Amino acid sequence: MPSETESGSVTAGKSATAEPMISLSNVHKSFGDTEVIKGISFDVAKGDVVCIIGPSGSGKSTLLRCINALVPIDGGSIRVEGQEVHDANLDRLALRKKVGMVFQQYNLFPHKNALDNLMMAPIKVLRQDKKEVRERALKLLEKVRLSGKEDAYPGELSGGQQQRVAIARALAMNPDIMLFDEVTAALDPETVKEVLLTIRELAEEGMTCILVTHEMGFAREIADHMYLTDRGVIVEHGPPAEFFDNPKDERTRSFLGQIL
Amino acid sequence: MKSRNSVAKPTDLPVLMPIAERLTRGRGIGLSYDIPRLQLRAWHGLFLLGVLVFFSASAWAQQSPDHPATLAQAFIRWMPLLLKAFVFNIVMSFLAMSLGTIAGVGLGVMQLSPTRPTHAVGWFVTQFFRNAPWLVLLFFCMFLLPFRFSVFGVTVPFPDWIKATLGLALPVMANVAEIMRGAVASIPSGQWEAAHSLAFSRRQIMFGIILPQCIRRMLPPWMNLYAILTMATVLASIVGVSEVMTQTQRVLSAENRPEFIVPFYAFVLLLFFVYCYPIARYTQKLELRYAVRD
Ligand SMILES: Nc1ncnc2c1ncn2[C@@H]1O[C@H](COP(=O)(O)OP(=O)(O)OP(=O)(O)O)[C@@H](O)[C@H]1O
Ligand SMILES: [Mg+2]
Repeated sequence: MPSETESGSVTAGKSATAEPMISLSNVHKSFGDTEVIKGISFDVAKGDVVCIIGPSGSGKSTLLRCINALVPIDGGSIRVEGQEVHDANLDRLALRKKVGMVFQQYNLFPHKNALDNLMMAPIKVLRQDKKEVRERALKLLEKVRLSGKEDAYPGELSGGQQQRVAIARALAMNPDIMLFDEVTAALDPETVKEVLLTIRELAEEGMTCILVTHEMGFAREIADHMYLTDRGVIVEHGPPAEFFDNPKDERTRSFLGQIL
Repeated sequence: MKSRNSVAKPTDLPVLMPIAERLTRGRGIGLSYDIPRLQLRAWHGLFLLGVLVFFSASAWAQQSPDHPATLAQAFIRWMPLLLKAFVFNIVMSFLAMSLGTIAGVGLGVMQLSPTRPTHAVGWFVTQFFRNAPWLVLLFFCMFLLPFRFSVFGVTVPFPDWIKATLGLALPVMANVAEIMRGAVASIPSGQWEAAHSLAFSRRQIMFGIILPQCIRRMLPPWMNLYAILTMATVLASIVGVSEVMTQTQRVLSAENRPEFIVPFYAFVLLLFFVYCYPIARYTQKLELRYAVRD
């Protein structure tokens, strides 16, 4: 469970085992004149699963994109495994090798079949041996229950299948952290289950995960810690039982009331 | 990052497409069926053939005894010359298209560069050559390039038709660059994001992920451009290259028979139609196929 320690006290050294895997402190982000994130701080410990919920436009996707430096921040600090993400000298590629991300719209590469989607990055980015990567990719497809779909192109797969390929594609890089941005929002209820099952297995294996989701039941089951964002700030956070059963903030209550 | 902001504008793609085509893209679905769409059809060719036959008939009717050669005889006599000249047009179009495409892809890559000066130069060159009249570019090449040049003491002649081909390749280059820019912009930003999140470098994303997806989208407008270029090769007649228009003029002045003018030019039109029509049809088929799959 993430502690409430001052994240500013975290040093670059990796000695302390208590050091959070991801640490955000007072993060600010604006697009033009609109400030989308207005000072968000939280820590994620290794192996923890954190769920972020909140109304549309509250900056959840932007926050995730800041963590793997897809979007630069304007203020504050984000540390991943002790390294400052928005340091100008940071090797972004090195960071992104450690952080996998899955998107709402799957974003598979449509001109490559499922297996190639998995194999591309490890071969081209990590420069790993093709045969090894192939074996690992086949195992991963099996893990997400898509054996036999190796040769299928994304256009030939259902939404749920595409999303599982996307998860496997991120896993093929052997990341330490996985970010999920509303990965079931574009799916029909039947296929949502398959994808959630895959994520649950990952979480049980001890993957550090940050999930943005609207699946409240799932979040409650799987999360170690819940956060509710609204208009760029964290309104409420806590362990799921407390968060769902005993929300303190009025905005949390009304949001949960709408959703549940 | 520029590419992320200029996402998913499917309308951006066609550079030289017919207006109706442009209107049907990117708008709400409801609108697309309301606009009548003109397409090149086989009967357009039959119409041309009809013109040819009609004027041939009238030329035949005007035949006077003091003009011994009939139109048919004239056609038979000059046909080999005209066909050979037309093949020359096609050779020029092939060369100009190849050169223009190679240069255009280079220019497109420059234009898509994140480095500002490179991008600016690419953008300027593209805009300049895309917005200059083709004939003006042709004249520039004719009069600015030397008729021969020396490399290592060897003098290489630089004939007019090569200069004309280069002149035609310039606008092709700019249009190819623009087609490419449009195609890259039409790839959803999610592709960039996903690729970035997998730690691909910008270059790897461009060449391994974005451009391969663009080829499919670039093919129809590229073929369209080729058809336009083929028809533009007759501009070379103005600068004196012996292509099919020039040869037709020569034939007509040699025959000195006013009633032959329309049939001969109709014949030239027909040649171009027969060559370009299959290309146009195939382009339409490709567009349709991609529209269904997208
Ligand atoms: N690249 C961008 N340029 C300008 N504004 C942006 C950009 N990305 C996001 N925004 C704006 O930032 C705000 C927060 O967007 P974000 O996508 O982070 O919200 P969200 O919480 O993920 O919402 P949703 O639940 O709908 O996905 C929105 O108002 C959005 O319009
Ligand atoms: Mg979002």
